[in-house]
Amino acid sequence: MSRLRYIIPLGVFALLVAVLAIGIRQSPDKDLIPSPLIGKPAPAFSLPSLTDPGHRVSSAQLLGHWYLFNVWGTWCVSCRMEHEMLLKIKQSRVIPLVGLDWKDDQADALSFLKDAGDPYATIAVDRDGSEAIMWGVYGAPETFLVNPQGVVVYKYIGPITEEAWQQEILPRLPTGQTAATPSSS
Amino acid sequence: MIPELGEFTLILAMLLAALQAFFGIVGPALKRERWIAAVTPAVTGQCVMVAASMGCLVASFVANDFSVAYVAENSNSALPLFYRVAAVWGSHSGSLILWIFLLACWSVAAAFGTTRLPKAFASRVLGVLGLISFGFLLYTLATSNPFLRLDPPWPDGESLNPILQDPGLAGHPPILYTGYVGLAVAFAFAGAAMLEGRLDKDWARWTRPWTTAAWAFLTCGIALGSWWAYYTLGWGGFWFWDPVENASFMPWLMATALIHSLAVTEKRGLFKSWTLLLAVLAFSLSLVGTFLVRSGVLVSVHSFAASPTRGTFILAFLIVMIGGALALYAWRAPLLKSEAGFELTARESFLLFNNILLVTACATVFAGTMAPLISSALNLGKLSVGAPYFNPTFLLSMLPLLALLSVGIHARWKRGKLSDRARPIILTLIAAAVIGCAVIFGLFTGGRVLGPVGVALGSWIILSSLIDPIDRLRRHITIPRAVLGMTLAHIGLGIFVISITAVEGFTAEHDVALAVGSTAQMGAYQFQFEGVQPIEGPNYSGVGGTVIVTRNGAPVAIMHPEKRQYWVQHTVTTASAIKMYRTSNVLVALGQDLGNGSWSLRLQVRPLVSFIWLAAFIMATGGMVAISDRRYRLREAEEPAVSPAGALTRGEAG
Amino acid sequence: MSARAASIFVVVLVTALMLGSTAAYAIAPEQMPTPQLEARYLELIHGFRCMQCQDESLADSPVDLAADMRRQVRDMLLAGKTDQQIRDFMVSRYGYFILFKPPFVAKTAWLWLTPGVLLLVGVIAAFTVIRKRAAIAATDVDDNDLTDA
Repeated sequence: MSRLRYIIPLGVFALLVAVLAIGIRQSPDKDLIPSPLIGKPAPAFSLPSLTDPGHRVSSAQLLGHWYLFNVWGTWCVSCRMEHEMLLKIKQSRVIPLVGLDWKDDQADALSFLKDAGDPYATIAVDRDGSEAIMWGVYGAPETFLVNPQGVVVYKYIGPITEEAWQQEILPRLPTGQTAATPSSS
Repeated sequence: MIPELGEFTLILAMLLAALQAFFGIVGPALKRERWIAAVTPAVTGQCVMVAASMGCLVASFVANDFSVAYVAENSNSALPLFYRVAAVWGSHSGSLILWIFLLACWSVAAAFGTTRLPKAFASRVLGVLGLISFGFLLYTLATSNPFLRLDPPWPDGESLNPILQDPGLAGHPPILYTGYVGLAVAFAFAGAAMLEGRLDKDWARWTRPWTTAAWAFLTCGIALGSWWAYYTLGWGGFWFWDPVENASFMPWLMATALIHSLAVTEKRGLFKSWTLLLAVLAFSLSLVGTFLVRSGVLVSVHSFAASPTRGTFILAFLIVMIGGALALYAWRAPLLKSEAGFELTARESFLLFNNILLVTACATVFAGTMAPLISSALNLGKLSVGAPYFNPTFLLSMLPLLALLSVGIHARWKRGKLSDRARPIILTLIAAAVIGCAVIFGLFTGGRVLGPVGVALGSWIILSSLIDPIDRLRRHITIPRAVLGMTLAHIGLGIFVISITAVEGFTAEHDVALAVGSTAQMGAYQFQFEGVQPIEGPNYSGVGGTVIVTRNGAPVAIMHPEKRQYWVQHTVTTASAIKMYRTSNVLVALGQDLGNGSWSLRLQVRPLVSFIWLAAFIMATGGMVAISDRRYRLREAEEPAVSPAGALTRGEAG
Repeated sequence: MSARAASIFVVVLVTALMLGSTAAYAIAPEQMPTPQLEARYLELIHGFRCMQCQDESLADSPVDLAADMRRQVRDMLLAGKTDQQIRDFMVSRYGYFILFKPPFVAKTAWLWLTPGVLLLVGVIAAFTVIRKRAAIAATDVDDNDLTDA
C-alpha cells in the first residue's frame, strides 16, 4: 500500500478528466433546466381568454385532450421565430395549441396575431406572471406537452423547430392522433 | 500589417518555446552543454516575441483597427484610451496573450534568477516552463487567435462590457495572472526535481522565494477582484463562491500550504513528497481553473466566450501537463524519505496540521465547485451550490486552523518547547476572549455566535503574532526579515478574520422606497433622498441620484449613486455610491424608478469592509518582505555540493 | 515597552475599533408588516437563484421574472406559509437548481459529507505521521540537525 498511495493523485486526476470530458459534451445544454413537472399533473388554472375577455380558459376544459401549452409574448424575439412553426402545427391538425400570453399587452398581442396569424385554439392571459411561475417557466418560449389525463409529459425550451416537432413531440403522441379542439365555455 | 506582425511574432514565440522546452529538458538528460546554454537565449527570445505580439495587439486597439475581429468585438472609437488598452485583456483571446506574456516574463526572471543554481537543474526548470508556454501558444494560435481579420472591416466596434469599463480591469487581471502564472515556476521547480530524481533542503530553499512571490501577487489579485466586484455590482457583495472566483482561490490555498510546507522541507528535510505534491497541485489548480473558465462547462457570470473545441483542447493540455507531472510524482516520490523526528507540540506538527487543513479546505471548495458538473455527468440531476454550502464547510477546516495558528507560531522546531511561551500565549488568549465577549455584551448582535468567535480568533492571531517581535525588540535582537514578513502576514490574516466577521455579522441592509425629500432611518444613520438628475459621461448617459447621509444628526456624506446606460451596448449598469465613514462603508444604490420622482434605494452600512482588502495587502506585503531576507541571497553564492541526503538511490529508499 | 503593555494597548485599540464601527441592527419595517416577516423575506429571496440571470440571487436580480418571483414569495409569506413550504413550492416547479443551498438528500449526500470525511481522514493521517515521528524524536539525542534558516 505504501508505494501505491503515490498513485492516488494520478487516479483522482483521471476521474476528474472523465468528469470534465462529460462536462464538455453536455455543455451546450448546460443552460437548460430540466422540469420537475414532467410526469406530474399540470397546474390547474382558470384565466381570462385573450380574444374573449369575458370568458375564461381553464385546465378543466382541456381534460380529455392532448394539447401543447405554449408560453409566449410579443416582446419575445425568439417567439417570433417559432411562430411559423406553430402555424404549421395548427395546419397539421394533429394537436391543438393552447397559448399563454405571458406578461404582455393585450392590444399588442391581438394585433400581432391579426398580422401574423393565430395558431392557437385558445389563449389564456397571464397578466402579472404568476401563472408562468406555477409552470416553472423561466424564459420564453417554452412549450409543455400535456396528455388527456392532465399530466405533463414533456417540456421543450426555446422556439420549436421542425426537428423538435418530428423527433420530440410527435413520437410522444399516440398514433392516429388528430386535433380535437377543446370546447371553450 | 500590424496584426499580421502580431500573429507572426506569436508563431515565432511558439517555435522558440518549443526549442526552450526541448533544450531545457533533453539537454541535461543527454548532458549536452551547448543545448543547455541555448536555453536562456530561447527564453529571452520567446519573451521578446511575445512582448512584440502583445504590443501589436495593443497598437491595434489604440489605433481603433476594426478590421481585427477581436478589436471589433471588444472596443469602440468612443471608448476612452485608457480602456482601449485595458480592453486588450477584456475577453478570452486577449487574456490568453496576457497569460502567455506574463509566463514569458516569469520565465525570463527564472532564467536570470537561477544563474547561481546548478546549470542542469536550472535548465530543466526553464524546459518545463517552455512546455507550458508552448502549450498555451499552440492553444491560442489554434483556437483563439486574436489577430483574425474581418473582411470587410466593421465601421465601429461593439465596445467593452460596461462593467469592465473600470480601473479594476486595468489592475485585476494583470496582477491576478501574475500570481496565477507565477505558480508555474514552483511547478517547474518540482518538475525539474522529479526529472533529476533529487529533492533536498536546497531545493526547498530555492523554490521558496518564487512561490512566495507568486502567492503575494495572487493574494493581491484576488483581493482586487473582490474589491472591484464590491464597488461595481451595486449591492455590496464581494465574494460569491462563484466558480471563477473559486478557480483563483483554490490555487491560493494550495500555494499557502506550499509556502509553509517548503519551510519544513528547507529546515528539516521533512515532508518532501508532500511539498512536491503541493507544488504540482498548486499550478495544476491554476490550469484547471483556466479550463473551467474558458470551456463553458460551468455556469458563471465571469466565464469567457466558451466553446467545446476550446474546452477539448485545454483538456488535452491538462492531461499532458498535470497527468504527466502526477505520473512523474507516482514514480519518483516513493523514493523521497527522511529519517528526522519531531514531537507532538513541535513546529513541524503544527505545520502538518496547517497543510492538512488547508488542503481539506481546498478540496471542499473543489467539491462544491465541481458538484454541478459531477451531478449532471452522473445523471444525478441539476444542482446548484452557493454560499450556504461553502460558508459552513469552509469554516469547518478554517476555524481549527485559525485557532492552532496562534499557538503554532511559538512552537520550536523538533522539540516544541511551548512551555517557554506558555504565559504570553495564555495571556493573549484571555485578551482575545475578552474582546470577543465585549462584542457580545457591547453590541447585542442578534445571537450569531460566530461573531464573537471570529473576532476573538482574529484578535488572538494578531496578539500572538506580536509576542515574538516585541520580545526581540525588548531584548534588542534584530528581527530577521523572514520573521518580520511572517509576522506581517499573520497579522494581516488576523485583521482579515476580524473584518470578515464584522461584515458578515454586523452589516445593516435595507431596501426602501423613497419619494423626493423623504428620509429613511437605518440604525443610527439617516438617508435623505433628494431626487435624481440626468447625467452624461464619455460613452454613457443616465441618471444620478443625490442622497444626504447623516448619523445622529452629524453629516456623513452626500452620495451620488448612478444608473448608467451605455450608448453602444444599451446595457444599464448600477454605479453605487460608496463612502467610507470612520471604519465603515456606507453604500447607496439606485434600484427602480417608481414614478413621480420616487425611487427604490438599497442602503447598506458595512463595518470594516475596507479592512478586508487592506488585510490582504498586508499579507502580500509580509510575503514580499520575507523573500527579501538575506539568506536567500547569501546562500546562492556557494555552489551546493551534491548532498547524500538529497540524492535518490535505491539504497536510500525507506 | 513590555510585551504585556503592548498586548494591552492592542487589545484596547482593537476593542475600540470594533465597538465604534458597528451599527445596531434595526430595520425600518416598510415592505413587510413585521420585522420578523421582513427577515424571513430577505433570507428567502437571498436563498433562491434567479432563473434568468443564473448567477444572481432573487434579491439582487433586476429582471422582471425575479420581481414576479419575489412577489410570489411575498404573497406566500403574507398568506402564512412556512419557509419550508415556500421553498418546496419553488423546488417543485424549478427543481433543486433554484436553491443556493443544495439539499441533503440521497443524490447530494456525498457533497455534504465530503468535507467532514476528508477532515477526519486528514486528522487521522496527521496523528499517524506524528506518532511515527515522535517515536523517532524520542530516540534521537542529537539536536544539531536543524539547518540554520
